Amino acid sequence: MAIKFDKKAEGVYTLDCTGYVCPHPQIYTKKMLEKIKGGDILEVTFDNPSSSESIQAMCASAGNEIVEKKAEGGKYVYKIKKAA
Amino acid sequence: MDETAKKKRIWAFVIIGFFALVSIGTYSYNELYIYLSAYLWFGFIYGMCLQYGRFCFASAFRDLFAVGVPRMVVGIMVASLFFAFVSSFVTATGFSTFHPSPSGIHSAIAGLIFGVGMVFAGGCASGSLYKTGEGNGVALLVILSISVTQSSFASVGGWFNNLVPNSWHESAIAKKLPAVINAGDGWLDQYLAGYVWNHPTVTFAKMLGLKNESLIGAFLGNFFVGVLIPALLMLIVVYFIWVRKNYLRDAAKAGAAASHSTGFWRMILSSKRTSIAGLVLGIACGLQMFVIEGMRIKFGIRNAGEILTQLGSDFGVSVRGTVFDPGYWYVTTQEAQWVGWIVQKLGINNFDNIFFGYINGIPNPAVNPADWMSLALIGGAAVMALISNEFKFKKPTKELAIWAIIGGFLMGIGSRLGLGCNVGAFFVRVSNGDVGGWLFGLGMIGGAYIGVKFFNWWTERKMAKELAGLEL
Repeated sequence: MAIKFDKKAEGVYTLDCTGYVCPHPQIYTKKMLEKIKGGDILEVTFDNPSSSESIQAMCASAGNEIVEKKAEGGKYVYKIKKAA
Repeated sequence: MDETAKKKRIWAFVIIGFFALVSIGTYSYNELYIYLSAYLWFGFIYGMCLQYGRFCFASAFRDLFAVGVPRMVVGIMVASLFFAFVSSFVTATGFSTFHPSPSGIHSAIAGLIFGVGMVFAGGCASGSLYKTGEGNGVALLVILSISVTQSSFASVGGWFNNLVPNSWHESAIAKKLPAVINAGDGWLDQYLAGYVWNHPTVTFAKMLGLKNESLIGAFLGNFFVGVLIPALLMLIVVYFIWVRKNYLRDAAKAGAAASHSTGFWRMILSSKRTSIAGLVLGIACGLQMFVIEGMRIKFGIRNAGEILTQLGSDFGVSVRGTVFDPGYWYVTTQEAQWVGWIVQKLGINNFDNIFFGYINGIPNPAVNPADWMSLALIGGAAVMALISNEFKFKKPTKELAIWAIIGGFLMGIGSRLGLGCNVGAFFVRVSNGDVGGWLFGLGMIGGAYIGVKFFNWWTERKMAKELAGLEL
């Protein structure tokens, strides 16, 4: 199992951190957000509960918007729109 | 609610029922067991608070340096303030179980090693316990690594004796410890008896010429000067470096008037979950000291070693008749003890070293009060995770297992050098006005910074390879 990056469509990227613990999900999310363009969407999947708080706080402080949040059975999928 | 979530809730009640049965069953057998049950239920509360607030000391400084998130630093300072306030009351009434430890540069060096380790491991010592309760296999591996490292480090001698300065050796011998304790052999023994014990214990009350046990010493010295002022200063620094700019940006965007006092309070309240957990945790930590000391008075004892002897479980009691019985929240010593106990049972003598043989003992984990606390902490976290449908078994991958073992190793070394972890050497000491707690904390912040720098380099390198074919 490794962290997976992919391009889903034009301007939409996925980052799968399933199975990874702190600080991997939040650090990879931050780095991936730095690499994509303003207005692009990053869909992050992870299953480490404490990363959910960190990713939300990180997006709030950087001005990136979490447009969709799913949490079920210990698995989280956040769609983050990078600030323009 | 779906079937899986329902099942998880049932498991939560099974865990609560199990701990209740243990408490009631052992109390029916002998009332002295209530002393161990007190540890158990405080551990349970700590586990629930840690999981609810995602309370991890590693994430405090790591997330601040790595991703600019201050929520956990805020949570820890809130917890310290409440713990310190309750502690001051408990100390002033003469019920405190806390004893300051020798302070010196070793506290900061230990904190530095520990700080690097907690970033690598993905969690501090207490964070790894609560994450184990969430079903996290990596966290369990971290605990195993901390436990084995500490137990081995406590008795390491042979070639390592060559690394001991002669002054430490002579000073350790001069302490004239009982003959069964070989203070002149073993790196940690000589470090403790020949170096650490020569340092003074310093509290803020003492520095101001006040008595710890007095109302003015506890509240003015240890709480106001020792915790409130440094905690506020730390929060102000965090606000100005990491929060201010974003707050002003958001206020300008919303067309609202901005003031730094509003921005500061917004930072404090930005993660209610963490702050609430910090508040409950802080109060519970102070209350535990009060309850344990009350029980010591009730049973006419000074240490749980006397209880274990009365219960007929005196195997592993130290040469002074004591076992590890801090009377407050602690994590790492009991982790070393259960490995030390297994090693002793396998025929390797652990009783000739200071850590086990003279101070903490190696009682059977089944009757070790501190082990009851840690197991219940895992249970409390599991209950909270199961109720909120966040429990999930996760096997460690090879990559994460390596990080966990290295991180656990560094935390194990740091814990023994610093006489505790992020809880025993930092949180508890800081909240009780012990200057050495802040020294360990400063080292831990430095260690977290170094750890984050290394981690950033590592992830950049890895991402460069994996993103090579991806068009961004």
